[in-house]
Amino acid sequence: MANFLANAVVYLAAAVVCVPLAKRLGMGSVLGYLLAGIIIGPYALGFIGEEGKDIMHFAEFGVVMMLFLVGLELEPAAFWRMRKQVLGMGSLQMGITTALVMGIALVMGFTWQAGLAVGLALAMSSTAIALQSLKEKNLTHTAAGKNSFAVLLFQDIAVIPILALLPLMAAGVLKSNGDQHWIDGLPGWQRTLVVLSAVSLVIAAGRYLVVPLLRLVASTRLRELFVASSLLLVVGIALLMETVGLSPALGTFLAGVVLANSEFKHELESDLDPFKGLLLGLFFMAVGASINFELIIARPGFILMLTLGIMLLKTGVLIGIAHRARLAFDQRLIMGSSLGQVGEFAFVLLAFIAQLRIIDATWTDTLMAVTAMSMTVTPLVMLANERLVLPRFGTLEQEEKEADAVDVKNKVIIAGFGHFGSTLGRLLRANGVESTVLDNDSDQVDLLRKLGFTVFYGDATRHELLEAAGARDADLLICAIAPESASTLVEVVHKHFPHLKLYVRSRNRFDAYDLMDQGVLHIYRETLDTSIRMGVDALRDLGFRAHTATRAGQDFRRYDNAALKKLAALRHDKGAYVAGARESIAEQEDLIRSDAKRDPTNMDHAWDSEEMRNAAGHAR
Amino acid sequence: MPRILILFAHPRLEKSRANRSLIERLPEHRSITFHDLYEHYPDFNIDIRREQVLLGKHDILVLHHPFYWYSMPPLLKQYIDLVYAFGWAYGPGGTALKDKHCFHVLTTGGNEQAYSVEGFHGHTLHEFMLPLKRTATLCGMRWLPPFTVQGTNRLSDQDLKHAAEHISSILHGLAEGSIDPASLVTMDRLNDIPQDRR
Repeated sequence: MANFLANAVVYLAAAVVCVPLAKRLGMGSVLGYLLAGIIIGPYALGFIGEEGKDIMHFAEFGVVMMLFLVGLELEPAAFWRMRKQVLGMGSLQMGITTALVMGIALVMGFTWQAGLAVGLALAMSSTAIALQSLKEKNLTHTAAGKNSFAVLLFQDIAVIPILALLPLMAAGVLKSNGDQHWIDGLPGWQRTLVVLSAVSLVIAAGRYLVVPLLRLVASTRLRELFVASSLLLVVGIALLMETVGLSPALGTFLAGVVLANSEFKHELESDLDPFKGLLLGLFFMAVGASINFELIIARPGFILMLTLGIMLLKTGVLIGIAHRARLAFDQRLIMGSSLGQVGEFAFVLLAFIAQLRIIDATWTDTLMAVTAMSMTVTPLVMLANERLVLPRFGTLEQEEKEADAVDVKNKVIIAGFGHFGSTLGRLLRANGVESTVLDNDSDQVDLLRKLGFTVFYGDATRHELLEAAGARDADLLICAIAPESASTLVEVVHKHFPHLKLYVRSRNRFDAYDLMDQGVLHIYRETLDTSIRMGVDALRDLGFRAHTATRAGQDFRRYDNAALKKLAALRHDKGAYVAGARESIAEQEDLIRSDAKRDPTNMDHAWDSEEMRNAAGHAR
Repeated sequence: MPRILILFAHPRLEKSRANRSLIERLPEHRSITFHDLYEHYPDFNIDIRREQVLLGKHDILVLHHPFYWYSMPPLLKQYIDLVYAFGWAYGPGGTALKDKHCFHVLTTGGNEQAYSVEGFHGHTLHEFMLPLKRTATLCGMRWLPPFTVQGTNRLSDQDLKHAAEHISSILHGLAEGSIDPASLVTMDRLNDIPQDRR
């Protein structure tokens, strides 16, 4: 127990020190965890030794959870639409990379079996690092993000047949080990049947069993019980998949997709997210700790060359297939740099390869070191790409050609040019007001450039980017980015550009409260005007005169804004934080109560009120 | 000291040389409130209660607007329709505006000659203003003659500046109490007040 606590302190302390430092330096959390792992690992401070590998197996569960959460984000219809990308991009990446590595291996004198096995192992990229980094940089929804995800998904699926295939390549010495699944004893057709029924079980249970169960658990109103059920769900599916010899990551991903339409989507997300984060962090630290520096020190040049060579080759292949899929230049670079490493599945495959003695132990050790190294440098490569390469050769290149574009000092900056921001920008432009646009979807950026907008590509919450976009000379900053980033942007603007007037879009009342707390004066709830306009039209359809309905809508809008301010104050009185869904219900209750107290006669008698008729009667 | 509320209504101020010039030179005075209706209620969604409270806090009401179709711009009319409410401004118990002074500051494109019996419009400005006057007196307000800036299309910048300084000095005098509103009732126009030489 004491040992466990001591270990926990070491890991947690390393993470708490290194991750904020890395983030402060703009390197992202992944690199922070990796560095933390190296520092506490056997070759630096030596707090942890060989157990690093065991922890890694445990922490791989973080990847499983991550895929569950990724699945939750993806509705079945969306997943189905992705199937071409997954099969197309994925198989091309695996196929070409494996073939090239195998070719090189053959030249180096390996047998074709060894070459193929090594090729397959090295073709794997790291889901953990790539997805985490893409998400941190807000790139998940760009073309690069989507295609990267497709490739990673294909790899995750491919691990299973590869594991089945590897024993065939062992030169006849297939020794059975204790790790074998019971399923391997079954004849082929039964095995297929078991696998298929496991998958259908996950889908059917997800649809008909899990949701009613979660509803039952939720009705107990015990938060920790819901957390426990979420964990049980993921662990259970992972176990089921392991038992039938499928990838746990794939299984939980499927379950996530099935549950994406359920009402518990957000609850599950918020409950599992911290676990995922911690386990992934642990996983990255274990990777850092497991880098065999002895091996690297013994042949530094060789290992460095090997790492560099493999990463270049993988990145090249990725850029090639991205080019074929007609991604923009910078999207190709992002995809190449984020998937260029050798991933965590390589550890699994290499370990299995070593067990089967397809290649000898020094080689597997070397390749494992290369894998860990490549994972470690990936965040750095992505950072270099983002800071050094893209600004020079990415979409910004046109910017530098037009020297006068730099002199254009627009009074308005629009951060986020999605549906909301672009409508707004068009309105301004139609009235002769040009604005500078910041967006992190480069396809969008390209299009806007062609239409003559001044567009900067990148993360609007970085103050360097705001500086470059002329925030010092602008008057207004319109913030139409995701609410999570919006509050960061507000902070940055308050700190570095206090003169800028901030106009912030908020998604709902809760975002609005947070923004009010941050001292934002101009807050626009995107749900307010649309719902009122729709309500007005509904009233008209029910027989209200158009003008009356419109006035009722205007009146309600003013009233609702006043209620927002009142409830914002009330919210602070409540003190304790009331969790997610319940907060929203309590809020609705407060709102509906005060609606009932409201006087609906809006004093507009239009010369024909009851009162007036009565008064006229008296006069007579 | 009397408090003055200027209800200003112009739907396209940026296009109106005359009215811009007039409001640019309004005096800064703590008992003068300038209320730009089209700026405040672009959606015509007038906050009736708020406006009634505002009116209640002032003693002299100045309705400043161009003379559109022998009347006022629609938002000001809407304002009167809604805010001068039955039982508040008129009718039983409707005494909120009683004894306040009220006058208009008007701009017209046609000159004074056009607004005469022999002129283009065939009636005097006072005849055209009859409904406005009755609106005020129905609410028990004391009607004062208008301040007018006429023939605006032909006025030079210098003329406009002069008119702006004139109304500004009148408002200042009223706010300071050096001009007694009761003494103005019999005038033809407030333009007849000699310009104060400050």
